[in-house]
Order: sequence, then structure tokens, then C-alpha cells
Amino acid sequence: MILRNHETTLQINGEILSFQARHTDTLLFVLREKLGLTGAKPGCLNGDCGACTIDVDGEPMKSCLMLAIEAANKKVTTVEGLKNAPIQKQFMERFAFQCGYCTPGFIMNCHSLIQKHPDATDIVIKEWLESNICRCTGYKEIEDAIKAALPYYKHV
Amino acid sequence: MISYDFDYYQPATIEEAIELFHSLDAQGKNPIYFSGGTEVITLGRLNRILTDAVIDIKAIPECTVLKKEQKRLILGAGLSLTRIRESQLFPFLSKTIAEIADNTARNKITLGGNICANIIYRETVLPLLLTDSQVVIAGQTGIKERPLTKLFDKTLQLEKGEFLVQIITKQSKTKLPFLSVKKRRQWDNGYPLVTTAALKKNGRIKVAFSGLCAFPFYNPQMEESLNDFQLSKEERIEQTLRLIPSPVLDDVHGSAEYRLFVLKNTLSDVLDVFKGVDDLKKS
Repeated sequence: MILRNHETTLQINGEILSFQARHTDTLLFVLREKLGLTGAKPGCLNGDCGACTIDVDGEPMKSCLMLAIEAANKKVTTVEGLKNAPIQKQFMERFAFQCGYCTPGFIMNCHSLIQKHPDATDIVIKEWLESNICRCTGYKEIEDAIKAALPYYKHV
Repeated sequence: MISYDFDYYQPATIEEAIELFHSLDAQGKNPIYFSGGTEVITLGRLNRILTDAVIDIKAIPECTVLKKEQKRLILGAGLSLTRIRESQLFPFLSKTIAEIADNTARNKITLGGNICANIIYRETVLPLLLTDSQVVIAGQTGIKERPLTKLFDKTLQLEKGEFLVQIITKQSKTKLPFLSVKKRRQWDNGYPLVTTAALKKNGRIKVAFSGLCAFPFYNPQMEESLNDFQLSKEERIEQTLRLIPSPVLDDVHGSAEYRLFVLKNTLSDVLDVFKGVDDLKKS
């Protein structure tokens, strides 16, 4: 079977990038295999674990659940595009990771959460964190990191 | 990774989408409509959905409408669950949506995708059935508006080439007292043992269920039984349970016996809460 590639152009981390991809390629596959942006991690590939979370137009999105072609004309941000955002610093300071595999997905979800809800309550934080799974179960530290990062985003 | 290829189309009008479907079908491409696409992608990866062409409806303006018009609420089938929930225009639907999948996934799952999905739960259907919502469907013969209760029998009954464009609900019905209770085996997200949606109108309780049988449903006989005020509360519930129209699911999430136990207690809660609503009205 011959798989057909098409010219595709996306805006990722502020850059316009063109590449060849199949219509069936997920955004996760394209980010990692075509563009070398390996921050988004393949986990369940089924929309359950959140390891592949990125930000699309200000909303967290599981990149395994999105075709690359669907992201045309949208602003895509991956963990590589954050560049030392406060939430990243707080993840380090609060030891909000253990093995680190789920960390980029969590950071992207937390980043979108804080951008959208700079006054996030415990209920909102809990609901958003349910989108990601950490097999090392470092949830408490992740929650602490979000709360510590909130004041930085309020002043942006 | 999806191991096969399909062509992706994004028509800008309803007419273009319909024409495209029939043209692709005539070419033997087995086209399917694509809204959020989460199921096409996840089941496509497992070769459980096979197609040579998908038609994305999200660029069709009618499919992303969210507005109040002539005392009716119009929701486009291509709206994400998050968008609908955040609008807070339909609290019953918002509450049900809040329990579907997870926050991030709801940014991608759409109303139309959930209603027309292969997955057995499709919980957005429940409040729409109970509020007598209308479905707007596009097909080769044009646009038609029909009661959801008439067109939903285990699945939304669409003719070949038709697709769901909008859901329309009378605003007065979006304001009725409601309950939406999702009981899981454990934790706060995941598939339900039983989701019970209930609404009270003119002193009568209407109920619909997901996760109980292999499809979501509203059953008028069960409603009659639950509102048989000649019987005690316990008798009404026992009688209602005997009217479940299909075998109760017995799977890894819970045995049929356990599901019935959970449902029995949930119905008891529903009756208590709605009795409370009456008491509040009287006071």
C-alpha cells in the first residue's frame, strides 16, 4: 500500500512550518516524527493519559486525538515553546515530577489552565488535573506547583 | 498512528458536504462525517473504523452556531463539549457534559460526535431526550427538523449521506429542575456504571439512562411507572426496574446485579430530590 503525503503548513511555537504529512497523521506523530518536537509524549494514544497534551489556540489538546491537518490556521504551542514559563520553574522547585515521562503533558495542561483561569480554585484545578495520569502519582506536588505559579500569571 | 490513508475534506457549506459525500460514495470511498474526530482517530488506529475519506463538518457555519433565537436554544453539532458547557445556556446539558471523558478531551469531543458515536454511552443524548429537543438533519433532500425522541432508537437514525447539523431546545425546557447523576465503579472519571438523567415538569418526573443497557434510552413505560403515585416510593422503583427494555450490561465495569443495585438507589435519590423541589415550591 502506498501512503500519500501532502504539503501541510502549521503555526507551531510562533513559527510557520511546512512539511509533508498524510491526512491520517495525528498531530502527535507529526510533532515528533516530522518536526523533531519530542516534548509531547506518546502514551496511551487513546486520549486517556494526557502525556501528549499541547496547547491549541489557548486550550489544552491531546495531540493523539487530533489530526495534524485539523491544526491548520490554529496556533499550536508545545512544551518546547514555553521557554522557562513560571509553571516550568515551579515544577522544578516543587519536585513535581519523578520519572518525568508525563511531565510535559502535565505542564502544558497546567499552563493552559493558568492562562485561562488565573484565579483557579481547588475544584477547577482538580477537574483539569483529571485529564492527565502520572504513574508515579506525584499529583500533590503538581497541584502545589500550579498554586505557586498562579501569582506569576496574574501579573503578566 | 493510523495504518491506512484517508482523504480529509473540509467543506464550507451544508450543500457542499452533502454533494461531497455522495460523490465520494459513488467512487466507492465509503466516506464518513467527521466532527470532533476522536473516535475516528482512536478506532481508526485499531482498524475498527475504515474509510477512504472523512468530511469534517466544523467549517460549516450552521454546525458551530450557539445562539438563542425565538425562545429556542440552537446548538451546532460541531461545537465542542467545552464550548457548550462554558456557555451555561443549558445547565442540564452542562452538568451532563461535565461528567463526560475529561476536561482536555472535552475540548475536542463535539456534541454531534458524542450523539452519533459508536461508543455506547453517548450521555449528551439524555438531557436532549428529556427536554424534547429537535434535531436538524441535512441530507440530499434538504434540511429537516424532527423530534429527537422520534429519531433516536438506540442510535440516531440517519439515512445514508445525512448528518446532524444542530440541536434545538425550547429555552423554557432548559430551565426545568433536573438531576444528572453519573455513578462509576471508582474514581471521578471514566465510564459509567449507570448515568441517570432526570427532569421534572408539571409534577411528573422524566428519566433517561446511559450505561445501563448497550445504548442510552428514554422509556415512556418506565416514566409512567415512576410517576404512579398510587404506589409507595419503593413499589414505584421496583416496578420501574422491571420495565428496563433491554438486558442490563454485565461487564468489567460492573455486573448486571450491581448496576441494578446502583440504579435502585439512584432512583430513590431522584425521587427524594424532586420531592424536595416540590416542598421548596410550597414553602
